[in-house]
Amino acid sequence: MSLPLREKLIFQYSRPGRGARAQWPAATAATAAAAASVPAQLRRTQRPLLPEVSELDVVRHYTRLSQLNFSIDTHFYPLGSCTMKYNPKACNAAALLPEFAGRHPLSSVAAGQGFMACMYELQEMLKAVTGMCAVALSPLAGAHGEFAGVAMIRAYHRARGESERNEVIVPQAAHGTNPATASMCGCVAREVAVGPDGDVDLAALRAAVGPRTAGIMLTNPSTLGVFERRIEEVARIVHECGGLLYYDGANLNAILGKVRPGDMAFDAIHMNLHKTFSTPHGGGGPGAGAVGVSARLLPFLPLPIVAREAGLTGGDVGGDACGDASAPASYRWLTERDLPQSIGRLTTFAGNAGVLLRAYVYMRMLGREGMRRVGEYATLNANYLEKRLTQLGFDAAYPQRRASHEFILTLRRQAQENGVTAMDVAKRLLDLGFHAPTTYFPQLVSECLLIEPTETESKETLDAFVAAMAQILREASEEPERLRRAPHTLPVRRLDDVRAARLPDLIFKSDAA
Amino acid sequence: MPFIPHTAEDVREMLAVIGAPSIEALFDEIPANLRVSSLAEVPTGLNELEVMQLMQSRARQDGRPLCFIGAGAYEHHIPAAVWSTVTRGEFYSAYTPYQAEASQGTLQSIYEYQSMLASLTGMEVCNASMYDGATALAEAVLMAVRANRRSRSARILMPRSLHPHYRAVAVATAGNQGVHFEELPYQPALGHTTIESLAPFAGQDITALVIAQPNFFGVFEEVDALTDFAHAQGALVIAVVNPTSLAVLKPPGAWGDKGANIAVGEGQPLGCPLSSGGPYFGFMSTRMEHVRQMPGRLVGRTLDLDGRPGFTLTLQAREQHIRRAKATSNICTNQGLLMLAGTIYLALLGAEGLERVAALSMQRTEQLTRALTAIPGVRRLFGRPGFHEIVLAFDRPVAPVLAALSARGIEAGLDLSEHYPELGYALLACATETKSTEDIETYARHLTEVLCPARAA
Repeated sequence: MSLPLREKLIFQYSRPGRGARAQWPAATAATAAAAASVPAQLRRTQRPLLPEVSELDVVRHYTRLSQLNFSIDTHFYPLGSCTMKYNPKACNAAALLPEFAGRHPLSSVAAGQGFMACMYELQEMLKAVTGMCAVALSPLAGAHGEFAGVAMIRAYHRARGESERNEVIVPQAAHGTNPATASMCGCVAREVAVGPDGDVDLAALRAAVGPRTAGIMLTNPSTLGVFERRIEEVARIVHECGGLLYYDGANLNAILGKVRPGDMAFDAIHMNLHKTFSTPHGGGGPGAGAVGVSARLLPFLPLPIVAREAGLTGGDVGGDACGDASAPASYRWLTERDLPQSIGRLTTFAGNAGVLLRAYVYMRMLGREGMRRVGEYATLNANYLEKRLTQLGFDAAYPQRRASHEFILTLRRQAQENGVTAMDVAKRLLDLGFHAPTTYFPQLVSECLLIEPTETESKETLDAFVAAMAQILREASEEPERLRRAPHTLPVRRLDDVRAARLPDLIFKSDAA
Repeated sequence: MPFIPHTAEDVREMLAVIGAPSIEALFDEIPANLRVSSLAEVPTGLNELEVMQLMQSRARQDGRPLCFIGAGAYEHHIPAAVWSTVTRGEFYSAYTPYQAEASQGTLQSIYEYQSMLASLTGMEVCNASMYDGATALAEAVLMAVRANRRSRSARILMPRSLHPHYRAVAVATAGNQGVHFEELPYQPALGHTTIESLAPFAGQDITALVIAQPNFFGVFEEVDALTDFAHAQGALVIAVVNPTSLAVLKPPGAWGDKGANIAVGEGQPLGCPLSSGGPYFGFMSTRMEHVRQMPGRLVGRTLDLDGRPGFTLTLQAREQHIRRAKATSNICTNQGLLMLAGTIYLALLGAEGLERVAALSMQRTEQLTRALTAIPGVRRLFGRPGFHEIVLAFDRPVAPVLAALSARGIEAGLDLSEHYPELGYALLACATETKSTEDIETYARHLTEVLCPARAA
């Protein structure tokens, strides 16, 4: 595919007196008078630097910018730990139905029963697939869900008079958000080692837990792309010392429909709906980080939450008392009056509702059969790709283990023999029309590529990726310089990050054109 | 199979390569007793037609009421070009731009966004956006605690006239790190925060003062005096602002002698649908002196190997994937698509178009105020000028009135009795440029019928 080479800044299209006037409301004597009611000392005196451009200028400019991107809709995007699966178009169409798109967050409950029914059913489906006791939908991203989870764990210990429990254990290979979240919640992150087989070192874990342990944050399958086989033993060790277990749902796609965090004895989890439930990544967001809890954390859930009421059975957050299914249900928002121990409100309104609607539609389209197939085919694709790539001569980081939905290659050998790094391979893949896998994460494995194909990719696509990797392996020994200087065909070459940080140019200034 | 392309033949070939007898065998490392037996609670799948029919019927159930609620989320016209561009697959289905060479579109649009919002708020730098307005404030509070090295108290002054949800989120988020919040009262007749309310804090160690402009009641605050007072105490100033209002209001960077230190707010009014509360985007801008304490992503312009300009994520040493436990925040995402919608919206409106939106919204709110206060039993509560929201006092409880109007297809505003019981029977209402004279008359007519049926008849 040929990409446009570059596109100037929107500000550089600006001409004084031009404007997308069809988009502007009328200016009248009355509106001028209204604006003049702003007291003089509070008025703006200098216009902001916004472009003066036509609607066509805007449409053409941002369309061209879009064409400078790789995306799932245009490229295979095997970015490990990010679950870049296809985002069905119906999910977007449903979320943007005018009634949903136009509904004000503080509208009356009477004018929101349709929306709230979707949210309630989403909570119920997420409970079912995770095995948790209750779900709250408001956290706005994975890291925000982590914050909610660790804050609930802290609140639980405080409520039991154990506020000294402020240590959060994280495995060495954990996502950076885990220790960062612990800090945000006023806790101290404590790392435990991972053994050579990729599982948590149980002796190290036993040594780490104690009366100050708030809990442990785990991803399972782990960031190493393997299932933590002794999860029940891990849970026992942490629970016996009074700590709780937090499940980082980043890798939930691997086990959807096969194993449930609740059955693994986790007390709190977050789900990245933009990964497992296929809402768009949007070039960095929006996400949604719904949280689920075990019974002991239910009183601490963040608000608001949708409850269903049928007849006189009362509110229903968790449990399975959905009331009489034949009675007309009504939905309402739970408040502090319902959950006085709640960690409170984490969002301006009720969460990323439009994202939640997309996840709801996706789950309804998959249904219970489709849910199981997600984990199955994601795992099939990963194991197939790992096998094909190791047959080519790449080294798997954990060859003795079964891959989950993703796997790690280490280019340690290529780096030593040819002076070619994981970054070089990643950049060369871009030239060949594939988005790069995740590089240099987890930091535990040197020169690593974390590869996650997802279940929505066909065998032909995987085979084409294998062919590209075969070409790269050949180039690594025959013409390594081609790799070291890649990419060659993209809108820009490798960028000078040091310059970007030393001479920060973070905003356009009109005189710097 | 929905969204899974594999044929039976594919599966056979793939398993043969792997050397596994079945897909099930790929899960052999998971203890058997943990395996899920059934997902009976999840309904069976629907096809696209069925699911769209379901969603359309749910949407019809909610209808499209005539809405006069503001309170932090505002109905504005969204140009058609905004979402037709935002939902292009190349933006919609891309990831965070870690591979800069394959993400120049996203990166450049963020740079343009940073430039527009920095200028709109009168600041020197803006990040790639936060989750929403309230979380942006919570992060700004934590940032101020880091940035104000002279202050050791972690004490934050927050006016009661700030959005109650923003206050709740700030406390729930920053409270875990030992930050203390103290509430500043508002002047009961005028609805703004006075300098006198700050007097008790003179000479004390205050980390930051939060100032909302306009405040939750739509009323303008005396931002210059408040800013100067805070700076005189060695406190930083965090501005919470409505981006539409900045077309006509003095930007935070110009408040008082030295300007606010951090500006945050809800970006939703800039091209994002109301959508029951999200996704929206929070914006955060600041001065260069504080940039290394700022959370969130930042895009910078630099040069590539050939010396040509290009864009990349920068100053990442602040962030969780590098600094882990010592990061400025755990945030990884920005609200990419929403921020993009805001950028396209601002490009289409320009400064003059945005001024017109602000001015017409103010005019519509004045018109609404006149129409409603002409009704017996309804009066205006605060006597200070404001933006596009108004607090009205009723002669009876608000909730039943709202319910009656809701049944007539009008969402008439927000009942303030829960968050501001001291105001009595008070309603917060808003009219933007989307409300016509006819809409306002409809509201007034129905309110008259509900409040004084005899008069209406």
